[in-house]
Amino acid sequence: MKGEFLTASPEETLALGQALGRALAPGLVIALTGHLGAGKTLLVKGIAAGNGLPDTRNVTSPTFTLVQEYEGRLPIRHLDVYRLKAAKDLLALGFEEMCAAPGVVIVEWADQMPEAMPHDTLWIKIESTADTTRRITWQTSDPKAAARIRSATPAGAPNCTRRGIAGEGPDDQR
Amino acid sequence: MLILGLETSCDETAAAVVRDGREVLSSAVATQNELHAEYSGVVPEIASRAHVERILPVIRSAVELAGVKLAEVDAVAVGHRPGLIGSLLIGVSAAKALAWSLARPLVAVDHVHAHLYAGVLGRAEQPGFPALGLVVSGGHTSLYSVRGWTGLERLGATIDDALGEAYDKAATILGIPYPGGPGLDRLAQAQGANDRAYDLPISRLGPGSLDFSFSGLKTAVLYAVRGVPDGPDGYARDHSALTAQAKADVAASFQRTVCRTVILKLERAMDRLAGEGRPVASLLTGGGVTANSRLRTELGAFARARGLQLFLPPMGYCVDNAAMIAGLAHHLAREGRFADLTLEPMPTTAC
Repeated sequence: MKGEFLTASPEETLALGQALGRALAPGLVIALTGHLGAGKTLLVKGIAAGNGLPDTRNVTSPTFTLVQEYEGRLPIRHLDVYRLKAAKDLLALGFEEMCAAPGVVIVEWADQMPEAMPHDTLWIKIESTADTTRRITWQTSDPKAAARIRSATPAGAPNCTRRGIAGEGPDDQR
Repeated sequence: MLILGLETSCDETAAAVVRDGREVLSSAVATQNELHAEYSGVVPEIASRAHVERILPVIRSAVELAGVKLAEVDAVAVGHRPGLIGSLLIGVSAAKALAWSLARPLVAVDHVHAHLYAGVLGRAEQPGFPALGLVVSGGHTSLYSVRGWTGLERLGATIDDALGEAYDKAATILGIPYPGGPGLDRLAQAQGANDRAYDLPISRLGPGSLDFSFSGLKTAVLYAVRGVPDGPDGYARDHSALTAQAKADVAASFQRTVCRTVILKLERAMDRLAGEGRPVASLLTGGGVTANSRLRTELGAFARARGLQLFLPPMGYCVDNAAMIAGLAHHLAREGRFADLTLEPMPTTAC
């Protein structure tokens, strides 16, 4: 199951994050990918806000800190594997315990170690299509996660559009 | 008062003996750089194991280098937050065991606050308060109002990337190997490097904001090097397409932008504190990025222009060390702020 969103500005990417944050369910693991500067941490800021964190100033890049936790409707653990090179390093951080705990786990740069991610992970990829516009594609084998992400409706983001992927049908129900 | 300080929050296993918060009798640091080199960074499991192996030899050498006996130590201090829990735990456990066996008080020190103390080590004069504090490192970028060593208030911090992280990522975009900060600094100083060749953005974050943001600068460096994406997956080039001159220009422009951003926030903080009737007397700085040549120069010029007493760490105390822990602990101990043996490591800073 796949789909994509197009956002026209960083504000819209943030609004999309908030919509995803409102749609989170316990136990979800999100793998976030995209090049340096794509807006991964920005999207997580939105997700944390949508999940009910009032002040998102502490939602920062975990590149050096490796793991950060945010309060809200569901506890969020925010990881960054940019500096790790092997799945065992992620396991050493207690990744399996985090995935089993009630709450949501978000992993930046997860494409560096796809083998470490659970099979029902929600993969979200951010790509630049121009200076400030982004294409945000998602993919998952979990129908519940797919239903939730399809239900996400960004508020105040008039140019944020939602599409199925070509060949996946209009609402990519496959 | 003779204090033994321990530091294990990240890469470095460190111990130091400091007298009266000022005289560094010894500062022993075992870095894990060789262990981490193949990983281009900290690996938590390796970090914890290496701390376990190194903590006792490092303590022993700090005590020997200081020319004192363990029994002469008046208190044991440890950086107990923020950091990787598994790493912090080694220092905290060692400090608790030492304090208990020596029957000496235990002092818990916030690692980020201790960075502000690094510039005071070895100096005859004490800073005038209130002071303004700036910590810039790989994991932290924060501004503090410092009323005294036990009265710190965080005024602002990064809302996305820490400054040291921005350096490392800009270096990655330019193809400079990890850790890229020092390499980028050298490149920016290359003969003929033009620091105005690229117009990179300064994140002001709204009028009066004392927070920092470096992710926009990172993206601007990316576009300067690789071009603005012109379609899906579309980058015209990578860093190999840039001439050596262009790379040096990007590095120099990045440094100029970073320094202007930091100075802008310092000016705002001074204005705000002066407006609140708390005019600043001195500037305390610390963290790995204070080793950066241009930032040191610009902080010096800023302090002179504003009539501030500047405390810049000596090069050896910019990065993580235990002397800053033992130094700050002196002031906490004098105010009777001791921890007990239930002390636990914490992942986040106190403020």
